[in-house]
Amino acid sequence: MWFLPNASGNLPGAFRVLLAACLTALLLPALGCRPAAPRADLTIANGAEPESLDPAMLTGQPDGRVAFAMFEGLTRFNAVTGAAEPGLACAWDISSNLLTYTFHLRTNLVWSTGEPLRADDVVYSWIRILTPEVASDYSGNLYYIRNAEAFNLGKIKDPAQVGVHAPDPFTVVVELTNPTPFFLELCAFHPQLVVQRQVVEKYGDRWLKVRPLPVSGAFELVEWRLEDRIRLRRNPRYWDAANTGAETVDILPGNNATAALNLFLTKQVDIIWDKNLIPSDLIDVLRLRPDFHFFDFLASYFIRHNVTRKPLNDVRVRQALSMVIDRQRLVTRVTKGGESPSSHITPIGIPNYTPPEGTPYDPPGARKLLAEAGFPNGSGFPRISYLFNSTREHERIGVEMQAMWKQELNIDVELRSMEWKTYLRAQSDLDYDLSRSAWVGDYTDPNTFLDMFMSDNPNNRCGWRNPEYDALMRKANGSADSAVRERLLQQAETLLIKTDNAITPLFIMAGFNMFDTNNVEGIYNNLRDMHPLRTVRKVRPPRKD
Amino acid sequence: MPYTHGSIRVCVMSKPAEHQSPGARAWSRFRANRPAYACLWVLVILLGVILLLPFISSQSPTRLTDSLSQGPSSSHWFGTDTLGRDLLSRVVYGSRISLLVGMVGAGVSLVIGVLWGAIAGYLGGKWDNVMMRVVDVLYSLPSIVFVIVLITTLEGMAKEFLTKTISPDAAGLVRMLFLFVGLGAVSWLTMARIVRGEVLALRSRSFVEASRLLGAGHARILFHHILPNIAGVVVVYLMLTIPAVILYESFLSYLGLGIQPPQASLGSLIAEGASQINPIRIYWWMVLFPASLLVVLLLALNFIGDGLRDALDPRGSREG
Amino acid sequence: MYFVKRLIALPPLLLLISLLAFMLVRVAPGGPFDRERKPATPEIERALRAKYHLDESVWKQYLRYLGGLVQGDLGPSLKQRNHSVNDIIAQALPVSATLGLASFCFAVGVGVPLGFYTAVRRGHWTEMIGTFYTLLAVCVPALVVGPLLVIVFAVKLGWFPVALWTSPLHMVLPVITLGFYFSGKIARLMREGMLNVLPAEFMVTARAKGLSDFKAWWRHGFRLAILPVVSYAGPMLADLLTGSFVVEALFQIPGIGSFIVNSALNRDYPLITGLVLLYAFLLIVLNLIVDALYAWLDPRVRYE
Repeated sequence: MWFLPNASGNLPGAFRVLLAACLTALLLPALGCRPAAPRADLTIANGAEPESLDPAMLTGQPDGRVAFAMFEGLTRFNAVTGAAEPGLACAWDISSNLLTYTFHLRTNLVWSTGEPLRADDVVYSWIRILTPEVASDYSGNLYYIRNAEAFNLGKIKDPAQVGVHAPDPFTVVVELTNPTPFFLELCAFHPQLVVQRQVVEKYGDRWLKVRPLPVSGAFELVEWRLEDRIRLRRNPRYWDAANTGAETVDILPGNNATAALNLFLTKQVDIIWDKNLIPSDLIDVLRLRPDFHFFDFLASYFIRHNVTRKPLNDVRVRQALSMVIDRQRLVTRVTKGGESPSSHITPIGIPNYTPPEGTPYDPPGARKLLAEAGFPNGSGFPRISYLFNSTREHERIGVEMQAMWKQELNIDVELRSMEWKTYLRAQSDLDYDLSRSAWVGDYTDPNTFLDMFMSDNPNNRCGWRNPEYDALMRKANGSADSAVRERLLQQAETLLIKTDNAITPLFIMAGFNMFDTNNVEGIYNNLRDMHPLRTVRKVRPPRKD
Repeated sequence: MPYTHGSIRVCVMSKPAEHQSPGARAWSRFRANRPAYACLWVLVILLGVILLLPFISSQSPTRLTDSLSQGPSSSHWFGTDTLGRDLLSRVVYGSRISLLVGMVGAGVSLVIGVLWGAIAGYLGGKWDNVMMRVVDVLYSLPSIVFVIVLITTLEGMAKEFLTKTISPDAAGLVRMLFLFVGLGAVSWLTMARIVRGEVLALRSRSFVEASRLLGAGHARILFHHILPNIAGVVVVYLMLTIPAVILYESFLSYLGLGIQPPQASLGSLIAEGASQINPIRIYWWMVLFPASLLVVLLLALNFIGDGLRDALDPRGSREG
Repeated sequence: MYFVKRLIALPPLLLLISLLAFMLVRVAPGGPFDRERKPATPEIERALRAKYHLDESVWKQYLRYLGGLVQGDLGPSLKQRNHSVNDIIAQALPVSATLGLASFCFAVGVGVPLGFYTAVRRGHWTEMIGTFYTLLAVCVPALVVGPLLVIVFAVKLGWFPVALWTSPLHMVLPVITLGFYFSGKIARLMREGMLNVLPAEFMVTARAKGLSDFKAWWRHGFRLAILPVVSYAGPMLADLLTGSFVVEALFQIPGIGSFIVNSALNRDYPLITGLVLLYAFLLIVLNLIVDALYAWLDPRVRYE
């Protein structure tokens, strides 16, 4: 053995010890691993680990996808369109003033554990999310119900005063404060999902640990190991169980787009359905593949202007800044995923609403406005910064816009990249000049994008308070005539994005998912990016005979 | 005392030169070490390029062009990144920042880490116990939280102060300054442990006992007898600290706590290149060039360190 | 006696660390319940903070935390809200510990012989290869090594799975990715330790007495030469056992490393404090073992 310094002796003891160490290293894995469970019918890369599966607590899209599989509301999302269709309720009546909804429950409803599911359970679940102590992030989604807000804020103590009642075991009556055209869709959304009273009251915050867990939806929770997998099994007692597509489903958490892609390419994963799991650098190649699907998504990417700070308190400066942004360039050079450049914040495709145009791309006009504001050719313009949370894509968008502002207006905008929570805090404290922002709609209506800019909304976060805007929004939401409502909302949006230019919309985000249509069926593209698990199934191999 | 290694010369030098000063002798010995001498030149040339290229090259590291993600070509030797910026100039600018970061980390770990560990090991007993427990405590606290607190709470204050007193441009340096403080604060801890372990073994050695009996003070023993004997380990660990700090900086940048875009560091360039490694398409130049530069720099530094240690070793040259 | 004293000092030390960590994370801006989408009214956020006692004074919160700690309860996670800190550690620690221990064995198994070899064959051209390996290991981050290994051995050759954590086969690539860096560090330290003892008088004597090179190196040199490696092994093992953020993210491994980083980023106060305590406990105990090893390897080391 020429490579050993001295070939005279046997293998020395040191190396024997080390060899043993190496062998142990190889054997250890065998000891440390759990026996592999049989593979599920469907394996899905679902994005970030859910923070919670409790409908009252969860906030994220990945959390929601699992919760929708386990729990159902009075309505449920249609797999094709994402619109509301009968769920636990098989029918409903709406009063002529659009303020009272009477839901008729199916009579054959049972929990997965066998107990009957009745109207009381629905009322309990809704009241639960409004209970101040539960402190649900999404309780605001029920404020359209009479007295719900007052109860949630503790001004009313008696839940019986809230406008949701069960006159008999199969009827739920809901009274609203305003005609709310999107209310049926809200009834399918996660804050209104129906959970079982006994188990929640008995186990408190740890009720999701109970096995078997009583669920109202198409799938039961078998196992939930953090950052590892969630195993779901078909709930045979679900009212529509006959149409459930898969017996078992594994939901894999993960934030690493490359890992998800590798798993998909090696067929370990059947579906990737979280947009964060699509590597943005590869979208231009992936788009050409038949197993890659993209569609318009009910979400908007925009800039908040801090209107309380100089020089952004001058509307001309805000308009000048937004008029030099070449949105087309952003989506073709940076995001590349089929996003539509947009000067308005509400996405196209919302029924009964055509969004108005915002500030156009007009660099000469922008230079003129900037000069009028006292900064001819950018001279004397103070150093401002663009705040974003540090991800590669936000950074690239920032870098592009920085170059546009420099080139067209000759002003220096510093990029301020921040860690997530610091970024959120800076934004809500108005400690920024310009800030990257995005918003995903909760329901298919302009209101979900527009009401957050009302003066007292905690999500306003740009310091912009306009009484005219507030009045328009209130008037619109009080109107029962959809044409009148549309016109009022358009006026409000124009005020927001053009006249006052408190925000600068950049583009409408795109939704993506990956699955091979020869392998999986039952996933349809829709604006809500809503793909109910119950309809997803493996394509059956063609019969041999 | 069965062992006595440490103070005696084992091999006789090939060329005893009485009329040479110790420095000159070391230098001639260093020059005789061919790999080390060659590496010195490599390092000098690299540093020259890194420092001077920005003055010669017309490429800007932040200018966006329309040739996105292009491979190496005659106009962009290292290719371009995903926004069409010239990778060569980004690598050059980035390595300046990274070298600075690495040097600060190494410097802190050299000064604080070595002294702390040496004193703890030398004094032993209660002092050793207290000093090493301080290291344990600092090591246990999560460095990310530390850096978040440092950067977010102090940055604003310092920025305001600098903008008022010096100039708005100075404020841009604040983030980097705090980054250095944060990196320095965590980089010396392991060094202290290693040095302390070596000193513990050395302090009861006969030559240390002997000089103590001869009336040498603590400082003299520490600096003249103990530290020279652990110089090798210190140099080696220093060389390991440099890339560790450079790569840790890129991790912080990734979390939004490091240097601010559009600037780049060698580490963040490597990290960005690494994100381009996937089975569908690899932009190999985005990871190969910055990573190679780091490896070459470290390779050169290591051989120089090795050569220097031999040249300065009180025990003379060591042939395996 | 010395080691007994150190063991007695462990609880107060942990107490100090828990206090520092507890305070430090609360100084960082932002809170556990800050989100892109704020609840409809500030009252809800207030109720949420009250639910987890975050509205109390920090001291009261700390005492409450200690009360739970005494009963072995590390509190609820504020991010993973259906799980407690105990749940998370119980689930993730075995995974990280397995991965970490295997990587440790890999790093030592490769690093020590390599360091030994590059020291005794100094100047030989094969040493250059060894040196190149060690520098590659410390310079090329796991972020690059992991994906490359995956492409070659998992996607192209199909020998190993690309990610996840279900069978022993799933461990191979993560263990190499994680151990690679440490093997380089260990090899450098081992080489240095060996170079230091090679010219020593006792080694020369041993060889003069007719021992073969290898036996002399092993019997007399090795136990002294490995001291720097032992110093480094304490913190290294603590790091490895508590997982690696990068490797866990690359291979989607449900270990504790990702929780350490994410709990800090999410301001999940109880989780980060609990994980710091766990890490501190491991570190201090391992350092104690390291110090005991010193005294065993080198009889001249005295602590009193």
